[in-house]
Amino acid sequence: MSVALATTSNSLSVFEAASPPAASIRDLFFLILFITAVIFLLTEGLIVYCIWRFRRKPETSPAEPPQIYGSNPIEVAWTIGPALVVFVLFLVMVRTVAAVRVREQPADALHVTVIGHQWWWEYEYYETSPSGEKRLLFRTANELHVPQNRAVALELKSADVIHSFWVPRLAGKVDVVPGHTNHLWFQVWEPGVYHGQCAEYCGDQHANMMLRVVVDPPGEFDAWLKNEQQPARDAPDVRVGRQLFASLACVECHTIRGTRAEGRFGPDLTHLMGRQTLIATTTPNNRDTLHRWVRNPHDLKPGAKMPSFQLSEGQLREMAAYLESLR
Amino acid sequence: MAIAEPELQHELRPARWFSHTWVTTVDHKQIGILYLLSAVGFMVLGGLEALVIRMQLVFADLHLVSPRVFNQFFTMHGTTMIFFVVMPILVGFANYIVPLQIGARDMAFPRMNAFSYWLFLFGGLLLNFSFLAGGAPDVGWFAYAPLTEYAFSRSAATDYWIIGLLVSGIGSVGGAVNLVTTILCLRAPGMKLSKVPLFTWMMLFTGLEMLIAFPPLTAAQIMLLFDRQFGAMFFDPQQGGSAVLWQHLFWFFGHPEVYILALPAFGIISEVIPVFSRKVIFGYESVALATVAIAFISFGVWAHHMFSVGMSRTLDVFFSAATFLIAIPTGIKVFNWIATLYGGKLRLQAPMLFALGFLSMFIIGGLTGIMLAAAPVDWQLTDTYFVVAHFHYVAFGGILFGLMAGGYYWFPKMTGKVLDERLGRWNFWLLLAGFNLTFGPMHIAGILGMPRRIYTYTAWRAQQYAYTTGKGWEVRNPTDVGWEIWNQLATLGAFVLGAAFLVFFWNIYRTLRRGPDAGPDPWDAWTLEWATSSPPPAYNFETIPTVRSRRPLWDEKHPDDPDWKHE
Repeated sequence: MSVALATTSNSLSVFEAASPPAASIRDLFFLILFITAVIFLLTEGLIVYCIWRFRRKPETSPAEPPQIYGSNPIEVAWTIGPALVVFVLFLVMVRTVAAVRVREQPADALHVTVIGHQWWWEYEYYETSPSGEKRLLFRTANELHVPQNRAVALELKSADVIHSFWVPRLAGKVDVVPGHTNHLWFQVWEPGVYHGQCAEYCGDQHANMMLRVVVDPPGEFDAWLKNEQQPARDAPDVRVGRQLFASLACVECHTIRGTRAEGRFGPDLTHLMGRQTLIATTTPNNRDTLHRWVRNPHDLKPGAKMPSFQLSEGQLREMAAYLESLR
Repeated sequence: MAIAEPELQHELRPARWFSHTWVTTVDHKQIGILYLLSAVGFMVLGGLEALVIRMQLVFADLHLVSPRVFNQFFTMHGTTMIFFVVMPILVGFANYIVPLQIGARDMAFPRMNAFSYWLFLFGGLLLNFSFLAGGAPDVGWFAYAPLTEYAFSRSAATDYWIIGLLVSGIGSVGGAVNLVTTILCLRAPGMKLSKVPLFTWMMLFTGLEMLIAFPPLTAAQIMLLFDRQFGAMFFDPQQGGSAVLWQHLFWFFGHPEVYILALPAFGIISEVIPVFSRKVIFGYESVALATVAIAFISFGVWAHHMFSVGMSRTLDVFFSAATFLIAIPTGIKVFNWIATLYGGKLRLQAPMLFALGFLSMFIIGGLTGIMLAAAPVDWQLTDTYFVVAHFHYVAFGGILFGLMAGGYYWFPKMTGKVLDERLGRWNFWLLLAGFNLTFGPMHIAGILGMPRRIYTYTAWRAQQYAYTTGKGWEVRNPTDVGWEIWNQLATLGAFVLGAAFLVFFWNIYRTLRRGPDAGPDPWDAWTLEWATSSPPPAYNFETIPTVRSRRPLWDEKHPDDPDWKHE
C-alpha cells in the first residue's frame, strides 16, 4: 500500500517538466519567451526614449515640429523583419507539434481510458492481447497509477460535458469532449505524484475536479495492478455496513465488484482505500471524511451529484467502517 | 472654421439633460452619448462582479460566495464587459465622432440608429434581469455546449443569456450597416476614401467585420435556443449533435470580435498620438493597409481558441501559423505609432498619457499573444490564468486604455468642457498601476498551473499520505503550490482599479459642474470634428466643408504648407 517516497515536487508549474511532451513544450516556450523579451525591450525602450527625449519642455518652442509623412524603405524593413521572426517561429512550432502529437505509440504502452464526469475522473485499465485485442481489466477513479519510464497512452472521453485533462508537469492539456475521443501520452522519468486538474469549465464544481498521477516503480505498479483486479474484500466484521450499502440506492451508482453494486454513474469503490484521497483528490481518504461525505456530500462539495441518505449516526459509522474495509 | 452661428445654435441646441428627447432622439450625437452612458452603467455592474471574483480568490479555500454565484459572476463579468461595455463605448464614439469627422449631418439611417441603441440597451437589461428571475447565466461567456444544453443547465438563465445577446446582436448588425453606409456615402466633398481620418477608416472595417461576424453568432444562438426549447440536438452529442460545432460557430464570431473591439481603439490612438505629438501620422497608408490586413486575417484564426479540443495536427498548424501572421500588420501599426512619436513635441496631457499607456500595455498583450499562438505552448497555458492575463492586457491594457484616451480627447467636444488635468493624471497613474498589479501576477499564477474559472483553490498539494489502520489516510508534508501570493497581489490591484474609476467619475462630475469652457478646438487638432462648436449643433455644420487632405484643419492653420501638397 505504500507509494515510493519520491523526491519530486508538488508544483504544477509548466516549467518543471517531468515527461517528454512537457519538456518539448517548455523548450519551445523558453525560445519564444526569449524572442518576445527582445521585442519587448526594443519597443518599450523606444517608447520610453521617445517620451523622455521628445516631451515638451518649458523651453520648447511653440512652433510645430517637422512633419514626416512616412518612408517606404522603413515600412518595408519593419514588415520584413517581423515576417522573418514569424517564419522562424512557424518552423519551431511545427517541430514541437510533431514531437508532442506523435502518431504511433510503442507496442508496450500502457493503455488507459480516461472518462471525465461532473466532477471526477474515471479510469479504465486495459490489457492488450498479442492479437491486439483490448480487454477491460478494471475501473478506478481520480488517482491514476502508471509505471515509471513506460509510455502511457490515454484515450479521453466524456460522460457528460466538456472537461480537460491537464497534468502540467507531464503534458499539455487535452479536452475531454463528449462524442469525440481524444488522445494524450506521456512517459514519466521519475516516480512520485504529479498533480493535475480539470482545465475546462464544466459546471458548479469545476474548481474541485482535481486528479493525481501516481508514478510507481515497475514492481510496485504490477502489485497495484494485481490488487486492483481482485474483487472486493469480504471482511466479516463489516457485515452490517455491507448490508446497509446493498440495501440503499448506493448500488445504482457505484460498483463494488463481487457484490450486487454495479452502478456506473459514480466512482468504482471496489478498492476505495487503495486511494489516498477522496472527492476528486481534494480531501484525505479516511474514516472522518467518509463519515462526513456520506452524511451529506453537499457539505464538502456543494452541487455534488450524490444525495444525502439521511442515515443515523450509527448507520454512518457502520457505512464508514465498511467503506474503509475496501482495500 | 467655427461654422455654426451662436444664435442659431442656441435655438437648435441638442436636448438638455433629463429631457424626453433623450428617448425620442434620432440625433447621432445624443445616441452616441446614450451608448456611452449605458455602457458606463453596465461597466459599474461588470466591475463590481470582478471585485467579488477577486475577493473570493484573495485567500485559498475562501468561500465568500457559493460556487454557483461565483460562476454566475465570472460569466456575467465577461459577457457584460465585451457585449455591453466595450462594444457600446466604441459604437458610442463611432456614432458621435464619425459623422463629424467626415463632415456629415447625421448617420445614414438616423431612425435605425435609435432602434439599434434601444435593442442594445434592452438586450443588456434582459440579460441582467436574469439575476432577479432565479439566477444569472453560469455557463461562461463562451457558453460551451453541452454544458448549455437543457440536461446540464435547467434554469432559464441560459435562455436569458441567449435572448439578451440575440437582441443586442441584432442592434449591433443594424449599427454596423449604418456605420458602413455612413462612411461610404456621406463623406464631405473632396474627402476621398483615401483621405478619411484613421479613426473613421478603422470604424469602417470594424463595421464590415461586425457584418460578417455577428450573423454566425446569431445563428448559433438560435440553434442553441432550439436545442433547449424545442428539443433540437445541434450541440447535444448524446443525440448525435456536435459539441465542437458550437465552438467553431462561436469563435468564428469570437475572434473577429476581438478586432471589432480593438480596431476602434487603434483608431483612437491613431488620432490622439499625432495630435499630441504635433506630427502627422507616420505612414498613413501603411496603418490603413495594416488595418485591412488585420480585418482580413482575423477571419482565419478562430480555431486558435480550440487548440486543446483535439483537432487534426494540420488544423493546429494552420491556425497557429495564421495567428502568427497577425503579428506582422499589428507590428506595423505599433512601429508607425512609435515613429510618429519620434521627432515630435509631445504634450503629455491626459489623452496622450492614456494613448501611451495603450501602446506600452498592448505590446505586452500582443507578445503573450505570440506565445499562445504557438499551439504547443497554448496546450499548456490555455484555460489558465496566463490566458486571463493575456486577454486583459489586450482588452483592458490595450482597448480600455485606448477608449479612455478617446474619452479624455472627445469629452470637450461632447460637453463643451475639458476634463480636469490633475485628476486625469491621478486617473491615469492609478489605472496603470492598478492594471499591472491586477493582471501582471496572473501570468505567473497561470504558469504555476492555476486554471481559470475556479471558484476556490487549495494552496498546497502533497506527495504522500500516511495510512493508519482504523483511521485512514492523513496528509503528510504538504507543500505550497505558490498560487496564493499572486492572487493577493491581483486582488489588491483590483481595488486600485476601483479607485481609478472613482477618480474618473469624480472628474466627470466635477468638470460638468464647473469645468473650464473648451471652445471648439481645445487640443489644436486637425480633423473636422474640431471645426464646429462644442458641443456641435444638431445639424453639425452650417455649411458642409470641402476637404482637400487628411488633415483639413492643418491646411487651414498652415496655409503656407498644407497637407495636400504631400499626400
